[in-house]
Amino acid sequence: MKCRKCGGRAVLELRRHNTAFCAGDFLDFFRHQTLETIRRWKMLSRDEPVLVAVSGGKDSLALWDVLLEAGYTTAGLYIDLGIFDYSRESKARCQAFAAGRDARLIVVSVAEEVGAGIPQVKDVTRRPTCSACGLSKRYIMNRAALDHGFGVVATGHNLDDEAATLLGSTLRWDESSLARQTPVLEATHPKLVRRVKPLFRTSERETAAYAFLRGIDYIVEECPFARGATSITHKEVLNRLEDASPGSKASFLTTSLERARPRFQAAEPVDLRECVRCGQTTTGEVCAFCKLSDQVRRAGEAPSKTHAARCSQTLQT
Amino acid sequence: MRVVLRNQGREVEISGRRRVKELLAELGVLPETVLVIRGRELLTIDEVVREDDVIELRPVISGGGAA
Repeated sequence: MKCRKCGGRAVLELRRHNTAFCAGDFLDFFRHQTLETIRRWKMLSRDEPVLVAVSGGKDSLALWDVLLEAGYTTAGLYIDLGIFDYSRESKARCQAFAAGRDARLIVVSVAEEVGAGIPQVKDVTRRPTCSACGLSKRYIMNRAALDHGFGVVATGHNLDDEAATLLGSTLRWDESSLARQTPVLEATHPKLVRRVKPLFRTSERETAAYAFLRGIDYIVEECPFARGATSITHKEVLNRLEDASPGSKASFLTTSLERARPRFQAAEPVDLRECVRCGQTTTGEVCAFCKLSDQVRRAGEAPSKTHAARCSQTLQT
Repeated sequence: MRVVLRNQGREVEISGRRRVKELLAELGVLPETVLVIRGRELLTIDEVVREDDVIELRPVISGGGAA
Protein backbone atom coordinates (compact mmCIF):
# COMPACT_ATOMS: atom_id res chain seq x y z
CA MET A 1 0.00 0.00 0.00
CA LYS A 2 1.37 3.44 -0.89
CA CYS A 3 1.09 6.79 0.81
CA ARG A 4 -1.54 8.93 -0.88
CA LYS A 5 0.61 12.04 -0.61
CA CYS A 6 4.18 11.01 -1.36
CA GLY A 7 3.84 7.53 -2.89
CA GLY A 8 6.21 6.04 -0.29
CA ARG A 9 5.49 2.94 1.78
CA ALA A 10 2.30 3.42 3.83
CA VAL A 11 2.22 2.50 7.53
CA LEU A 12 -1.48 3.06 8.19
CA GLU A 13 -4.58 2.62 6.06
CA LEU A 14 -7.65 4.69 6.87
CA ARG A 15 -10.52 2.81 5.30
CA ARG A 16 -13.15 5.43 6.11
CA HIS A 17 -11.14 7.98 4.15
CA ASN A 18 -10.24 5.38 1.50
CA THR A 19 -6.59 6.31 1.89
CA ALA A 20 -3.24 5.40 3.44
CA PHE A 21 -0.25 7.41 4.66
CA CYS A 22 3.44 7.02 5.38
CA ALA A 23 4.55 7.94 8.92
CA GLY A 24 5.41 11.57 8.21
CA ASP A 25 2.32 12.32 6.17
CA PHE A 26 0.06 10.57 8.71
CA LEU A 27 1.46 12.75 11.51
CA ASP A 28 0.76 15.85 9.39
CA PHE A 29 -2.75 14.58 8.61
CA PHE A 30 -3.44 13.94 12.31
CA ARG A 31 -2.21 17.38 13.40
CA HIS A 32 -4.13 19.10 10.62
CA GLN A 33 -7.37 17.25 11.44
CA THR A 34 -7.07 18.12 15.15
CA LEU A 35 -6.25 21.79 14.60
CA GLU A 36 -8.94 22.11 11.93
CA THR A 37 -11.51 20.66 14.36
CA ILE A 38 -10.41 23.21 16.98
CA ARG A 39 -10.80 26.01 14.44
CA ARG A 40 -14.14 24.93 12.96
CA TRP A 41 -15.77 24.35 16.34
CA LYS A 42 -14.15 27.46 17.90
CA MET A 43 -12.81 25.29 20.73
CA LEU A 44 -9.70 27.26 21.72
CA SER A 45 -8.16 30.63 21.09
CA ARG A 46 -4.44 31.18 20.84
CA ASP A 47 -4.29 33.63 23.75
CA GLU A 48 -6.25 31.47 26.21
CA PRO A 49 -4.38 28.93 28.38
CA VAL A 50 -5.87 25.45 28.20
CA LEU A 51 -5.90 22.75 30.85
CA VAL A 52 -5.45 19.33 29.21
CA ALA A 53 -6.88 16.43 31.21
CA VAL A 54 -4.36 13.61 30.85
CA SER A 55 -4.75 10.00 31.93
CA GLY A 56 -1.46 8.54 30.72
CA GLY A 57 -3.32 6.90 27.82
CA LYS A 58 -2.78 7.41 24.09
CA ASP A 59 -5.58 9.89 23.43
CA SER A 60 -4.92 12.55 26.04
CA LEU A 61 -1.14 12.45 25.61
CA ALA A 62 -1.50 12.64 21.81
CA LEU A 63 -3.77 15.66 22.23
CA TRP A 64 -1.38 17.37 24.62
CA ASP A 65 1.48 16.68 22.20
CA VAL A 66 -0.39 18.28 19.28
CA LEU A 67 -1.32 21.35 21.34
CA LEU A 68 2.23 21.82 22.60
CA GLU A 69 3.66 21.41 19.10
CA ALA A 70 1.15 23.95 17.78
CA GLY A 71 2.25 26.50 20.39
CA TYR A 72 -0.79 26.57 22.67
CA THR A 73 -0.21 27.59 26.30
CA THR A 74 -1.12 24.47 28.24
CA ALA A 75 -0.87 22.67 31.54
CA GLY A 76 -1.71 19.01 32.08
CA LEU A 77 -4.11 17.83 34.76
CA TYR A 78 -3.60 14.28 36.02
CA ILE A 79 -6.31 12.92 38.30
CA ASP A 80 -4.93 10.16 40.51
CA LEU A 81 -7.77 7.65 40.82
CA GLY A 82 -5.92 5.47 43.33
CA ILE A 83 -6.33 2.33 41.20
CA PHE A 84 -3.29 0.38 42.38
CA ASP A 85 -0.49 -0.21 39.83
CA TYR A 86 -2.64 1.14 36.99
CA SER A 87 -2.70 4.62 38.56
CA ARG A 88 0.95 4.50 39.60
CA GLU A 89 2.04 3.62 36.07
CA SER A 90 -0.25 6.06 34.30
CA LYS A 91 0.86 8.89 36.60
CA ALA A 92 4.52 8.08 35.96
CA ARG A 93 3.90 8.30 32.19
CA CYS A 94 2.22 11.70 32.52
CA GLN A 95 5.08 12.96 34.68
CA ALA A 96 7.68 11.68 32.21
CA PHE A 97 5.78 13.21 29.26
CA ALA A 98 5.58 16.60 31.01
CA ALA A 99 9.21 16.52 32.16
CA GLY A 100 10.41 15.64 28.64
CA ARG A 101 8.65 18.69 27.21
CA ASP A 102 9.23 21.05 30.11
CA ALA A 103 5.44 21.31 30.53
CA ARG A 104 3.49 21.97 33.71
CA LEU A 105 1.56 19.06 35.23
CA ILE A 106 -1.04 19.52 37.99
CA VAL A 107 -1.83 16.38 40.00
CA VAL A 108 -5.06 15.99 42.00
CA SER A 109 -5.91 12.90 43.98
CA VAL A 110 -9.45 11.48 44.15
CA ALA A 111 -8.62 10.07 47.58
CA GLU A 112 -7.96 13.58 48.90
CA GLU A 113 -11.04 15.04 47.26
CA VAL A 114 -13.67 12.40 47.93
CA GLY A 115 -12.17 10.63 50.94
CA ALA A 116 -11.16 7.40 49.22
CA GLY A 117 -9.76 6.14 45.94
CA ILE A 118 -11.96 4.62 43.23
CA PRO A 119 -11.50 1.00 44.49
CA GLN A 120 -13.07 2.01 47.83
CA VAL A 121 -15.67 4.31 46.23
CA LYS A 122 -16.83 1.39 44.08
CA ASP A 123 -17.73 -0.56 47.22
CA VAL A 124 -19.90 2.14 48.79
CA THR A 125 -21.93 3.37 45.85
CA ARG A 126 -24.61 1.69 43.79
CA ARG A 127 -23.34 3.53 40.73
CA PRO A 128 -21.34 1.46 38.22
CA THR A 129 -17.63 1.99 38.91
CA CYS A 130 -17.05 3.82 35.61
CA SER A 131 -19.95 6.15 36.41
CA ALA A 132 -18.60 7.08 39.87
CA CYS A 133 -15.15 7.54 38.35
CA GLY A 134 -16.50 9.73 35.52
CA LEU A 135 -18.48 11.85 37.99
CA SER A 136 -15.36 12.37 40.13
CA LYS A 137 -13.22 13.25 37.11
CA ARG A 138 -15.72 15.80 35.73
CA TYR A 139 -16.03 17.46 39.13
CA ILE A 140 -12.28 17.58 39.75
CA MET A 141 -11.56 18.83 36.21
CA ASN A 142 -13.91 21.75 36.63
CA ARG A 143 -12.75 22.54 40.15
CA ALA A 144 -9.04 22.34 39.24
CA ALA A 145 -9.58 24.60 36.22
CA LEU A 146 -11.30 27.22 38.39
CA ASP A 147 -8.68 26.95 41.14
CA HIS A 148 -5.80 27.40 38.70
CA GLY A 149 -7.39 30.09 36.53
CA PHE A 150 -8.18 28.13 33.35
CA GLY A 151 -11.34 28.93 31.38
CA VAL A 152 -11.23 25.78 29.28
CA VAL A 153 -10.46 22.08 29.75
CA ALA A 154 -9.56 19.86 26.77
CA THR A 155 -10.11 16.12 27.04
CA GLY A 156 -8.90 13.28 24.83
CA HIS A 157 -12.34 11.87 23.96
CA ASN A 158 -12.08 10.33 20.51
CA LEU A 159 -14.55 9.30 17.81
CA ASP A 160 -14.97 5.81 19.29
CA ASP A 161 -15.64 7.19 22.79
CA GLU A 162 -18.23 9.63 21.49
CA ALA A 163 -19.94 7.15 19.15
CA ALA A 164 -20.14 4.58 21.97
CA THR A 165 -21.64 7.15 24.36
CA LEU A 166 -24.14 8.12 21.68
CA LEU A 167 -25.09 4.49 21.05
CA GLY A 168 -25.62 3.93 24.80
CA SER A 169 -27.79 7.05 25.10
CA THR A 170 -29.77 6.12 21.99
CA LEU A 171 -30.44 2.58 23.20
CA ARG A 172 -32.07 4.12 26.31
CA TRP A 173 -33.43 7.18 24.44
CA ASP A 174 -31.87 9.17 27.24
CA GLU A 175 -33.01 12.63 26.14
CA SER A 176 -30.93 14.46 28.72
CA SER A 177 -27.69 12.74 27.65
CA LEU A 178 -28.52 13.17 23.97
CA ALA A 179 -29.02 16.90 24.55
CA ARG A 180 -25.75 17.24 26.50
CA GLN A 181 -23.39 15.31 24.25
CA THR A 182 -21.35 17.76 22.21
CA PRO A 183 -17.68 18.40 21.33
CA VAL A 184 -17.95 21.85 22.96
CA LEU A 185 -19.69 22.15 26.31
CA GLU A 186 -20.04 25.89 26.82
CA ALA A 187 -19.62 27.52 30.22
CA THR A 188 -23.28 28.22 30.92
CA HIS A 189 -22.64 29.24 34.53
CA PRO A 190 -19.90 31.33 36.17
CA LYS A 191 -18.73 28.25 38.12
CA LEU A 192 -18.49 26.13 34.99
CA VAL A 193 -15.50 26.09 32.64
CA ARG A 194 -15.80 25.26 28.94
CA ARG A 195 -14.98 21.65 28.04
CA VAL A 196 -13.79 20.72 24.55
CA LYS A 197 -12.97 17.47 22.75
CA PRO A 198 -10.58 18.23 19.85
CA LEU A 199 -10.17 14.52 18.95
CA PHE A 200 -13.87 13.76 18.53
CA ARG A 201 -13.46 13.21 14.78
CA THR A 202 -10.39 10.99 15.21
CA SER A 203 -10.62 7.22 15.68
CA GLU A 204 -8.89 5.39 18.51
CA ARG A 205 -6.70 3.61 15.99
CA GLU A 206 -5.52 6.94 14.64
CA THR A 207 -4.62 8.30 18.09
CA ALA A 208 -2.84 5.03 18.94
CA ALA A 209 -0.88 5.25 15.67
CA TYR A 210 0.00 8.91 16.32
CA ALA A 211 1.24 8.10 19.84
CA PHE A 212 3.26 5.13 18.56
CA LEU A 213 4.84 7.04 15.69
CA ARG A 214 5.67 10.00 17.94
CA GLY A 215 7.34 7.68 20.44
CA ILE A 216 4.96 8.66 23.23
CA ASP A 217 5.23 6.20 26.11
CA TYR A 218 1.55 5.74 26.98
CA ILE A 219 -0.12 3.15 29.17
CA VAL A 220 -1.40 0.35 26.94
CA GLU A 221 -2.87 -1.73 29.76
CA GLU A 222 -6.57 -1.30 30.35
CA CYS A 223 -8.04 0.09 33.57
CA PRO A 224 -8.88 -3.04 35.61
CA PHE A 225 -12.38 -1.70 36.29
CA ALA A 226 -13.13 -1.13 32.59
CA ARG A 227 -13.16 -4.87 31.82
CA GLY A 228 -16.68 -5.85 30.84
CA ALA A 229 -17.87 -2.22 30.86
CA THR A 230 -20.95 -1.60 28.73
CA SER A 231 -19.19 1.17 26.81
CA ILE A 232 -16.59 -1.34 25.61
CA THR A 233 -19.34 -3.64 24.36
CA HIS A 234 -20.80 -0.68 22.47
CA LYS A 235 -17.38 0.01 20.94
CA GLU A 236 -17.10 -3.61 19.81
CA VAL A 237 -20.53 -3.47 18.15
CA LEU A 238 -19.62 -0.22 16.40
CA ASN A 239 -16.33 -1.69 15.21
CA ARG A 240 -18.22 -4.56 13.57
CA LEU A 241 -20.38 -2.01 11.76
CA GLU A 242 -17.28 -0.03 10.81
CA ASP A 243 -15.62 -3.16 9.43
CA ALA A 244 -18.62 -3.90 7.23
CA SER A 245 -19.19 -0.29 6.27
CA PRO A 246 -16.23 2.08 6.83
CA GLY A 247 -17.33 5.52 7.97
CA SER A 248 -20.32 4.30 9.98
CA LYS A 249 -19.04 5.59 13.33
CA ALA A 250 -18.27 9.07 12.03
CA SER A 251 -21.57 9.26 10.18
CA PHE A 252 -23.55 8.12 13.25
CA LEU A 253 -21.94 10.79 15.41
CA THR A 254 -21.81 13.75 13.05
CA THR A 255 -25.36 13.35 11.74
CA SER A 256 -26.60 13.06 15.31
CA LEU A 257 -24.83 16.31 16.25
CA GLU A 258 -26.26 18.06 13.19
CA ARG A 259 -29.80 16.73 13.13
CA ALA A 260 -30.80 15.05 16.39
CA ARG A 261 -29.13 17.02 19.16
CA PRO A 262 -30.83 20.37 18.43
CA ARG A 263 -34.22 18.69 18.91
CA PHE A 264 -33.25 17.14 22.25
CA GLN A 265 -31.72 20.42 23.38
CA ALA A 266 -34.94 22.26 22.74
CA ALA A 267 -36.84 19.75 24.86
CA GLU A 268 -34.36 19.71 27.75
CA PRO A 269 -33.66 23.12 29.25
CA VAL A 270 -31.17 22.79 32.11
CA ASP A 271 -31.47 24.97 35.21
CA LEU A 272 -28.04 25.12 36.88
CA ARG A 273 -27.52 26.38 40.42
CA GLU A 274 -24.74 26.20 42.99
CA CYS A 275 -24.47 23.24 45.35
CA VAL A 276 -25.37 24.46 48.86
CA ARG A 277 -22.43 22.47 50.21
CA CYS A 278 -19.45 23.02 47.89
CA GLY A 279 -20.59 25.80 45.55
CA GLN A 280 -20.04 23.81 42.33
CA THR A 281 -22.82 23.60 39.77
CA THR A 282 -25.70 21.17 40.11
CA THR A 283 -29.30 20.81 39.05
CA GLY A 284 -30.42 19.99 42.61
CA GLU A 285 -29.69 21.26 46.12
CA VAL A 286 -26.61 19.13 46.76
CA CYS A 287 -24.34 18.04 43.91
CA ALA A 288 -23.71 14.40 43.04
CA PHE A 289 -20.06 14.67 44.09
CA CYS A 290 -20.98 15.83 47.62
CA LYS A 291 -23.49 12.97 47.84
CA LEU A 292 -20.79 10.52 46.77
CA SER A 293 -18.43 12.00 49.35
CA ASP A 294 -21.17 11.52 52.00
CA GLN A 295 -21.55 7.87 51.02
CA VAL A 296 -17.82 7.33 51.46
CA ARG A 297 -17.88 9.05 54.87
CA ARG A 298 -20.90 7.05 56.06
CA ALA A 299 -19.17 3.84 55.03
CA GLY A 300 -16.45 4.65 57.53
CA GLU A 301 -13.74 5.72 55.19
CA ALA A 302 -11.66 8.72 56.19
CA PRO A 303 -13.58 11.91 55.37
CA SER A 304 -12.08 14.00 52.64
CA LYS A 305 -10.09 16.75 54.29
CA THR A 306 -9.78 18.81 51.13
CA HIS A 307 -13.42 18.55 50.16
CA ALA A 308 -14.71 19.06 53.73
CA ALA A 309 -12.54 22.17 54.12
CA ARG A 310 -13.86 23.58 50.87
CA CYS A 311 -17.46 22.92 51.87
CA SER A 312 -16.99 24.71 55.20
CA GLN A 313 -15.31 27.66 53.42
CA THR A 314 -18.23 27.89 51.01
CA LEU A 315 -20.75 27.83 53.83
CA GLN A 316 -18.88 30.57 55.71
CA THR A 317 -18.81 32.93 52.73
CA MET B 1 5.96 -16.41 13.31
CA ARG B 2 5.32 -15.35 16.86
CA VAL B 3 2.24 -13.15 17.39
CA VAL B 4 2.02 -11.30 20.69
CA LEU B 5 -1.54 -10.40 21.64
CA ARG B 6 -0.92 -7.54 24.02
CA ASN B 7 -3.39 -7.18 26.92
CA GLN B 8 -4.66 -10.73 26.45
CA GLY B 9 -1.33 -11.82 27.87
CA ARG B 10 -0.82 -14.55 25.32
CA GLU B 11 1.29 -15.39 22.31
CA VAL B 12 0.55 -17.70 19.40
CA GLU B 13 2.87 -19.38 16.92
CA ILE B 14 1.71 -19.33 13.32
CA SER B 15 3.58 -20.97 10.47
CA GLY B 16 3.94 -19.68 6.93
CA ARG B 17 3.91 -16.23 5.35
CA ARG B 18 0.68 -14.37 4.73
CA ARG B 19 -0.85 -10.93 4.51
CA VAL B 20 -1.67 -9.07 7.73
CA LYS B 21 -5.32 -9.04 6.67
CA GLU B 22 -5.35 -12.88 6.55
CA LEU B 23 -3.50 -13.17 9.86
CA LEU B 24 -6.06 -10.96 11.60
CA ALA B 25 -8.96 -12.89 10.09
CA GLU B 26 -7.48 -16.20 11.30
CA LEU B 27 -7.19 -14.80 14.81
CA GLY B 28 -10.67 -13.26 14.70
CA VAL B 29 -9.33 -9.73 15.21
CA LEU B 30 -10.95 -6.76 13.46
CA PRO B 31 -8.35 -4.48 11.78
CA GLU B 32 -10.00 -1.40 13.31
CA THR B 33 -9.25 -2.62 16.84
CA VAL B 34 -5.46 -3.05 16.74
CA LEU B 35 -2.15 -1.62 15.64
CA VAL B 36 -0.03 -4.24 13.90
CA ILE B 37 3.57 -3.70 14.94
CA ARG B 38 6.78 -5.33 13.69
CA GLY B 39 9.78 -4.03 15.58
CA ARG B 40 9.52 -0.25 15.39
CA GLU B 41 7.21 -0.11 12.38
CA LEU B 42 3.48 -0.19 11.81
CA LEU B 43 2.10 -2.53 9.15
CA THR B 44 -0.88 -1.97 6.86
CA ILE B 45 -3.29 -4.83 6.23
CA ASP B 46 -1.78 -5.71 2.85
CA GLU B 47 1.79 -6.16 4.15
CA VAL B 48 3.19 -9.68 4.08
CA VAL B 49 4.51 -11.10 7.36
CA ARG B 50 7.07 -13.90 7.33
CA GLU B 51 7.94 -17.02 9.26
CA ASP B 52 10.68 -15.38 11.35
CA ASP B 53 8.74 -12.20 12.21
CA VAL B 54 7.60 -11.22 15.70
CA ILE B 55 4.32 -9.34 15.41
CA GLU B 56 2.61 -7.40 18.19
CA LEU B 57 -1.13 -6.84 18.00
CA ARG B 58 -1.65 -3.83 20.23
CA PRO B 59 -5.30 -3.13 21.08
CA VAL B 60 -6.52 0.42 20.60
CA ILE B 61 -9.83 0.19 22.46
CA SER B 62 -9.73 1.93 25.80
CA GLY B 63 -12.11 3.34 28.29
CA GLY B 64 -14.98 2.57 30.53
CA GLY B 65 -16.63 5.73 31.80
CA ALA B 66 -16.40 8.92 29.88
CA ALA B 67 -14.17 11.48 31.53
